[in-house]
Amino acid sequence: MNQQFTKDEYSKFVDKKSPNSHLAKDMAWAFIVGGIICTIGQGIMNFFTARGLPKETVSSITSILLILIAVILTALDLYDSIGKRAGAGSVVPITGFANSIASPAIEYKTEGYVMGLGAKMFTVAGPVLVYGISASIVVGFIYFLMH
Amino acid sequence: MSYLTAFITGGIICAIGQILIDKTKLTSARILVAFIVAGVILTGLGIYEPIVKWGGAGATVPLTGFGYSLVKGVIKDVNSYGFLGIFTGGLKATAGGIAAAVFFSLLAGLIFRPKIKT
Repeated sequence: MNQQFTKDEYSKFVDKKSPNSHLAKDMAWAFIVGGIICTIGQGIMNFFTARGLPKETVSSITSILLILIAVILTALDLYDSIGKRAGAGSVVPITGFANSIASPAIEYKTEGYVMGLGAKMFTVAGPVLVYGISASIVVGFIYFLMH
Repeated sequence: MSYLTAFITGGIICAIGQILIDKTKLTSARILVAFIVAGVILTGLGIYEPIVKWGGAGATVPLTGFGYSLVKGVIKDVNSYGFLGIFTGGLKATAGGIAAAVFFSLLAGLIFRPKIKT
């Protein structure tokens, strides 16, 4: 019972943040916070590109650093505070993906290190990877047939 | 200039996500799934590449960019290894992010205690 409540609560925290708020205001917040996170990403990209690293390496480093920042903010309980205002601005970037893994990892460690921490960290990330990877395989198959 | 286009592109993609949240009551898990799949499809159709060219991190940092990386990796490996590349390319291109997210989250889970719910 309790498990269901917390799982739902996590995945719906954005929806519940302000039930009567206006769409325009929510969109403005999402735009600004999402924009800022992407601008930070651009800063990391520009920094390593200027040091002559290849494009794919730069893109990996950027993801890893943004994820590290997001996990730290999640652990310090700051990411959810940002999310209350930012809505999709904090959910849609890769930092939101990292938050969706770190948050249940901390939350469910009390249920054990294997079926708690280890399993629950994929509550959101699991479906994302399942459908993302599968869709990319379908696209890859079509590309293979065409070439 | 790259900062401005990144800000605008990332902002617009997140604002679209906000419309979905407000209008459809989709949970954030479904939003993330929708965005990664949208990124895969748009990249497959050749629509996302120009957005990445213009928006830089504004297009690659949102989860649609994760889908973009998956497809880019698959296509690269299909070109190098043929059929096998369909299965190897996607995760190869996104390995850094996935491994980092899993490992850092494990560390966070081991070190930090859950906050007390009131």
